[in-house]
Amino acid sequence: MDVKDIKIKGLPAEEFKDNDTLQSYIDQLRAGGTPLVLGKLDEVVNWGRSNSLWPLAFATSCCGIEFMAAAAAHYDLARFGMEVTRNSPRQADLMVVAGTIVNKMAPLLRRVYDQMAEPKYVVAMGACAISGGPFVNSYHVVSGVDKIIPVDVYVPGCPPRPESLFYGLLQLQRKVKVENFFEQRHIVRPYNPETLTDPDTGETIDPGTGG
Amino acid sequence: MRDIQQFISKTVSDAVIEQKQKFTVTVAPEQAYSLIKALHDNEELPFDYLISLTGMDWEDKLGVIYLLSSSGDLSKEIVVITATEDRDNPLLYSVTDIYETAHLNEREAYAMFGIRFINNPDMRRFLLSDDWKGFPLRKDYDGNPGLNPITIVNKEIVDIAPRIMEDAKGNLIESTVKVFEDDDYIVNIGPQHPSTHGVMHFRTALNGEIVKKIDVKSGYIHRGIEKLCESLTYPQILHFTDRLDYLSANINRHALCMCVEKAVGIEVPPRAEYIRVIMDELNRISSHLLAFAAHCNDLGATTAFIYGMREREHILDIFDKTCGGRLIINQDVIGGVMFDIYTDFQKDVKAFIPYMRDKLKEYDDFFSHNPIVLRRMIGVGNLSFTDAVSYGVTGPAGRGSGWSCDVRKYKPYSLYDRIEFKEVIRTEGDSYARYLNRLDEIEVSLQIIEQLIDNIPEGNIVGTVKPVLRLPEGQYFQSVETGKGEFGVFIESKGDKHPYRVKFRSPSLSAVSVMPLICKNELLSDFIGIGGSMDYVIPDIDR
Repeated sequence: MDVKDIKIKGLPAEEFKDNDTLQSYIDQLRAGGTPLVLGKLDEVVNWGRSNSLWPLAFATSCCGIEFMAAAAAHYDLARFGMEVTRNSPRQADLMVVAGTIVNKMAPLLRRVYDQMAEPKYVVAMGACAISGGPFVNSYHVVSGVDKIIPVDVYVPGCPPRPESLFYGLLQLQRKVKVENFFEQRHIVRPYNPETLTDPDTGETIDPGTGG
Repeated sequence: MRDIQQFISKTVSDAVIEQKQKFTVTVAPEQAYSLIKALHDNEELPFDYLISLTGMDWEDKLGVIYLLSSSGDLSKEIVVITATEDRDNPLLYSVTDIYETAHLNEREAYAMFGIRFINNPDMRRFLLSDDWKGFPLRKDYDGNPGLNPITIVNKEIVDIAPRIMEDAKGNLIESTVKVFEDDDYIVNIGPQHPSTHGVMHFRTALNGEIVKKIDVKSGYIHRGIEKLCESLTYPQILHFTDRLDYLSANINRHALCMCVEKAVGIEVPPRAEYIRVIMDELNRISSHLLAFAAHCNDLGATTAFIYGMREREHILDIFDKTCGGRLIINQDVIGGVMFDIYTDFQKDVKAFIPYMRDKLKEYDDFFSHNPIVLRRMIGVGNLSFTDAVSYGVTGPAGRGSGWSCDVRKYKPYSLYDRIEFKEVIRTEGDSYARYLNRLDEIEVSLQIIEQLIDNIPEGNIVGTVKPVLRLPEGQYFQSVETGKGEFGVFIESKGDKHPYRVKFRSPSLSAVSVMPLICKNELLSDFIGIGGSMDYVIPDIDR
């Protein structure tokens, strides 16, 4: 499979930026080869999955309002099969972290993430979720959600316009389309393991599947 | 104010009375309570509205600045300052029994400065977690992240509140009190819940499906903005105000700009004033539209949500064309505005006005008289006038309880003393009154815009501003009317290019602090609807 073969809403691959990352992602996934029949089945299932990603809006601040605007009439998230915003993490495929995550919220973000069923994805929306944004020097702000959970797509902006969010979501759809669903092969991004240590006991925490 | 001066001297003989930007009284900690109580009970002009309670660290002293006002006339203001020299165990007297709004503010002052308030019934830290090491807003705070590491370990919530009470003989007794009873059935609403309008955490004790008690926990979006401001220059802190109450972004920023302009003495060109006020009013309409949309969505009316968001896009388009931003528009700067209006600005705004009027009629037709809506809003979430004042609930919610509290009327700023507009007041005090107030205020804002849009004068958009701004030593206050109520900025300067202390008075904090009162004995399902009618924005509370 090649990056050129992935089509989203009929948009050719050249319309997207950073095809190299996706190509290397494909190469890693296909390193051991793909069985013919499962490969075809993957394509069918991934077509369905990528067009019905149900988001959970982990909206904490300004970006949450832009997410709402993206879901409302003018921009209409339903065009991408994502209008079914779930309030329960159990029913969501995709978590959109929209807004600043602070120290007090960090355990809760991780807990909601752990409660989501696999396969699951995370979009970091806005400067705060990516890096702490304008509040990065604060005593009570996490400098990027990738310190807590693995992130698939970063959408920059403060806040990003709905169009930017859509571009990020389209990129995510491309990523979903290349996965080996039946072999359960997908690459999880590494993230800072510091937060997986209990500060009181110094023990490593196994986040497990959540409770 | 002469009468008041005599009154204060009579009550507290050694009070230091000064006429600074505001009428300021400095008293010893033991006398602060009796002075504030006397001012509150003053029959001629009762100072029954506590606008803000600001914790302070003057390095040699820790203290509190109270900004008091009168519910009958918001233009009357008194600043009361008190401070203690004991840094290890700073104790001041609580004013919670006089003003309910003081409760959460004192808890915040404890979390940020370590000041404990005697006789406050619940002295847990607000915003920060109970085991936070250090007091962030103190000048000697150790900001080493190793002290308070980020962790994903879930912590048990302990519902035990410490407190320090004074008995009849004047002895101080430290004790603890249970927030809930042992056999209470508690449901956590929030912090990650779509209908709490952000990341607010309500611990709710239920009796069947009737709300028995609510404990408000906040700080899930506490970004430490006030501390960040202390290390930045004045133009650099402007963008933080946009991100407090992001729905009234431009109005908040207007407040900070005016506060600095008044302190330094910068003249704002008339063209900039017109642009500011028009943008403020457009911002207010978009805020109310979102409040309408979210409130209706809370009651299950998704159509209304879609409609409200649809109309809002027209305003965002105008913002977008003016300055490139949609939600956070970064339009005001110290001395004027950043971008001039574009060629078709007037045409677009004038096209929007009749469109919006038409839509208001549509809302009225299909939603405002819907029987389900009426039954879920009329007589639900009753807030009395006295409670609105005591909790400091301003804005459309306060005016829904019959309190005439429009800052634009009482403390007119910018162009508001030259504009004719009606203050929308209802006396029912229920969710429906608050809901209708917002829709009516959209119409009032349209009328304000109509008065200005054809008269925008020519000229500069920014006044003369020095490249490095230093505020003269002193304390500066500025209030504005945002979509949520009275938003205030307080700056204390030591003559530096950085502020010494910045405090934002949040209208949403009052709206949330009154939730336990107005939701008591209501249905759990109505709790969400009442929250929608109060229309709070959480980052504004947490700052």
